[in-house]
Amino acid sequence: MNSTYELPLDEANYSFGFLDEFAKREVRRTILKAIAIPGYQTPYASREMPMGRGFGTGGLQLTLSLIGTDDTLKVIDQGSDDSVNAVNLRHFVELTCPGVDTTEQTSEATLIQSRHRIPEVQLTEEQVLVLQVPYPDPLVVVEPSEAKRKVMHGEGDYSRLLTKLYEDIVQFDEITISHRYPTRINGHYVIDPSPIPRYDIPRLHRSKALILLGAGREKKIYAVPPYSVAEPLVFDDVPFRTEDFRDEHGSRRPCCRCGATNSFLDELIADDGSKTWQCSDSDYCNQRLAEPAHEVSA
Amino acid sequence: MEAILKIEGLSKHFLLHDQNKLIPSCANVDLSVHAGQLTALVGPTGAGKSSVLKCVYRTYLPSSGRILYQDIGGHRIDLAQVSEHQMLQLRHAEIGFVTQFLHCLPRKSALDVVAEPLITRGETREIALAKARELLSLLNVPERLWAVPPATFSGGEKQRINLARGLIARPRLLLLDEPTASLDPATTDRVVDLLQAIKREGVAMLAIFHHPDLVHRLGDRVTELAPPVAVSDLLETCAS
Amino acid sequence: MKKILEVRNLTKIHGRGCPACIENTGPEADTNICPQCGSVVAAHGVSFDLHAGEILGSMGESGSGKSTVVKTLYFDDAPSAGEAVVFDEARQWNLFALNAAEQRWLRNHRLGMVYQNPHLGLNFNVSAGGNIAERLLMSDHTHYGEIRDRARRLLARTEVLPERMDESPKKFSGGMQQRVQIAKALATQPPLLYLDEVTTGLDLSVQARILDLILEIQQELNTAMIVVTHDLGVIRLLAGRTIVMKYGRIIETGLTDQILEDPQHAYTQRLVASAL
Repeated sequence: MNSTYELPLDEANYSFGFLDEFAKREVRRTILKAIAIPGYQTPYASREMPMGRGFGTGGLQLTLSLIGTDDTLKVIDQGSDDSVNAVNLRHFVELTCPGVDTTEQTSEATLIQSRHRIPEVQLTEEQVLVLQVPYPDPLVVVEPSEAKRKVMHGEGDYSRLLTKLYEDIVQFDEITISHRYPTRINGHYVIDPSPIPRYDIPRLHRSKALILLGAGREKKIYAVPPYSVAEPLVFDDVPFRTEDFRDEHGSRRPCCRCGATNSFLDELIADDGSKTWQCSDSDYCNQRLAEPAHEVSA
Repeated sequence: MEAILKIEGLSKHFLLHDQNKLIPSCANVDLSVHAGQLTALVGPTGAGKSSVLKCVYRTYLPSSGRILYQDIGGHRIDLAQVSEHQMLQLRHAEIGFVTQFLHCLPRKSALDVVAEPLITRGETREIALAKARELLSLLNVPERLWAVPPATFSGGEKQRINLARGLIARPRLLLLDEPTASLDPATTDRVVDLLQAIKREGVAMLAIFHHPDLVHRLGDRVTELAPPVAVSDLLETCAS
Repeated sequence: MKKILEVRNLTKIHGRGCPACIENTGPEADTNICPQCGSVVAAHGVSFDLHAGEILGSMGESGSGKSTVVKTLYFDDAPSAGEAVVFDEARQWNLFALNAAEQRWLRNHRLGMVYQNPHLGLNFNVSAGGNIAERLLMSDHTHYGEIRDRARRLLARTEVLPERMDESPKKFSGGMQQRVQIAKALATQPPLLYLDEVTTGLDLSVQARILDLILEIQQELNTAMIVVTHDLGVIRLLAGRTIVMKYGRIIETGLTDQILEDPQHAYTQRLVASAL
C-alpha cells in the first residue's frame, strides 16, 4: 500500500463511507472473487454496522465499498423509495459519503441498493444493483451442516433440493416456492436470489447490469455478473411460472394508480376489506403518471 | 469315439479338523463316459460312488486325480483344475446333476422349478412351461401338484421333480445319483424309456443305480468301485 | 461371463496402524485388534473377482470384515491399501484412484447399495417416492413425469403399495423399508449391487419375500451382486460362489455348494456344522 496515501477523513474523523479503507478493500476483493466465480458464496469479514443485523448490513457494506463522489445512489425497500428502511439507509449514506448524489429515479442512478425487488425499468451496463440477502444458501433447507453444503455446491449436487421441488409438485401440483426461488448461475452454482418474487427472476438472466448480493449476518457475498445465464430450477415438463396477476375472469389487473399492466403489483387491503392493486415499484408508477403519453419501457 | 468324460486316479478323502479325523471316500477311480452312452457306477455302500459324481460336479474338491472333460468346443479340460467361474459356466450350459435330494427355492411351484433350466437358457416362458408339463405327465406327477412348491412332496414325488428338472434341458453330460430309488416299477420303466431316448439324442451319462437290473438295462459300461481303504493306508498315501 | 469387478489386496485399518499390525492379527492370531498399537485391522489382503450377472456371497461372523469390504467398494470408507477395478462395458474404473466427483458419479450411476439399517440408505424426511426421485435426480434425470412414473413402477415391482408411495418411510414396517431401499438402489439399473445384511432382523416370511425379489431382479436385470450375510440359508439360496471371512481375511472361497458340503478350512467346517 502506498505509504504517502492520505486516508480521506471528514471533520468528525470518520472515513468516507463509514468503513475504513482496509475494510472496503477487503470487500472489493471479495466482490472481484465473487464475480470471477459466478454464484459462489464468497466469505468475507462482515463488519459491525450501526444498525442491527437483518436490516441490510450486507447490502450496505457493498454499497459503502463501491460508492464514490461521482455516484448517484437509489435505495428501495419492496420497490418503494419512501419506506422506513430505505429512507434510513439513504440518510446514512448521505451522512457518511459527502458529495454523493441520491435519487428516486431508477434511470438516474449508478448504484441501486434494494431489498426484495428488482426495478421494473431495465438496467444498463453503467449500473450496479446491490441486493440485500438474509440467507445466501438455498441448500440450508435440506442440509444443516455448512461443511456438507459446501461439498454439495462444489460438486453441483442439488438433487436434494430438486427432491423438495418434486415433493411440492406431488402434494400441490406445483412448486410452491414464491420468493427466493433457487436459480442456477452460469451452469453451476445454484443461488438463493434473495426474497425477490418469482416475477423478478427472469431479470437476473443476461442482465446488462452487474448484480451483487450481500448477506451481512451470514458474511457472504455473491454475484450474477453481467450477461450471465440465470436459470430457475425446474423439471423438463414443469416450466417456470411467474405471478400473472389475473383476476377471476382471466384478465390482467392494472395498477389502480397508473394503469400499468406490466409491473409487479402490491395487493392493498382497505379497512372495509376491499382490495386494490398498485405498482410495487414506486418510481416506475410515478414516472408513468408524469408522462402518460409515453410507454415507459419495462 | 472319444470319451466325453475320462476320470483317472480320482481319490477323495475328508479332513475334519476339529475331530482330527481323516475320512476316506473313493480311491483310485478310473472310468470313461461316451456320448450317447451310459456308464454305470457300482460298488458297495461307502465305496464313494456319490463322491465320484460330486467331484465331477465340484460339489466336492477332489483330493487327487484327473477329471478330463471334453467341452462343447472340443477342448479337453481337467475339471479338477478349472476355475470357479468356468465350473459355473459348465454347470449352466453343459453338465447336469440329478442328485438324490431336491434343493430348490422354497416358494417356487413344481412347474416353475422344472421349467427353470430352459428359461435360463433363453427359452420363452410358454414353451418352457409346456415342456415342463409334458415331462411331469410322463413321470406320472399328478396335475394337482404342479402349482405347488415341492417342499411338502413325498420322497418319490420330489425325486420325479428332480429328474424332470435335470432332464428337461439336454446337457452334454448328465450325472445321475440313484434317480429311481423311490419310484414304483411302472414309473421306473418310464424313466428308463426317457433315459434311452436321451441316450439316442447323444447325451453322455454317468449314473448310480441301486438296482442291478437297471444297470443291466441302461449301462453301456460298468465301473466297479472298490471298498474304501483303511485309514492307515490312507494316511500313508497322504504322507507320501 | 465377463468380469465386472476385480479386487486386489484390499486392506482397511482403523487407527494409526503400526508395522506389527498385519502379522499379529487375523484368524491364526484369533483377533483383529493389533496387540501393539490397538488399531483394528478390519480387512487385509482381500482379493476376489466378480462376473457380470453373478451373485457372490460374503460370509462371516461379526468382526469378519465382510461389511468393511463392501463399504470401501461403495466409497463409504476409504481403504488403507489395495486396488479395485470396475469393468463397465467399454470403460474401466480404478476405484480408489478416482477423485471425489468421479466417485460420486460412479456411485450414482453404476453402483447400488442396500444397507441393513434403512436409515443409512433412505432419507426419512422425504416420501418413499421422493427417495427414488432423489436417486434419479442424482443421476441426471430431470423430467418430473418420467421420474414419478419410474418411482411408481419400481415400488410396484418391490411390492410396495402405490397408494403409499407419497408417505414417509417412517410409517413403514421394517420389511417395507428394505423394499423401498431396494427399489431406490435399482432406480438407476446399476450393473453392480451390494446388499449388506439386508434381511437380518426381519421376520422370516418377510425375509423370504425379499430374497425372492432379489433373485427375480438378478434374473431380469442381470445385476451382479455381493450379498453380505452371516446366514448360511441366505448364502445357499442366493450365491453361486462364496467367500468366507474371519478377522479381516478371506480364509476360503469356492462354489457355494462346495463350501457348504465340503468345507476345507477348520473355521468353515465349524461354521457349516453350526447351522441350525
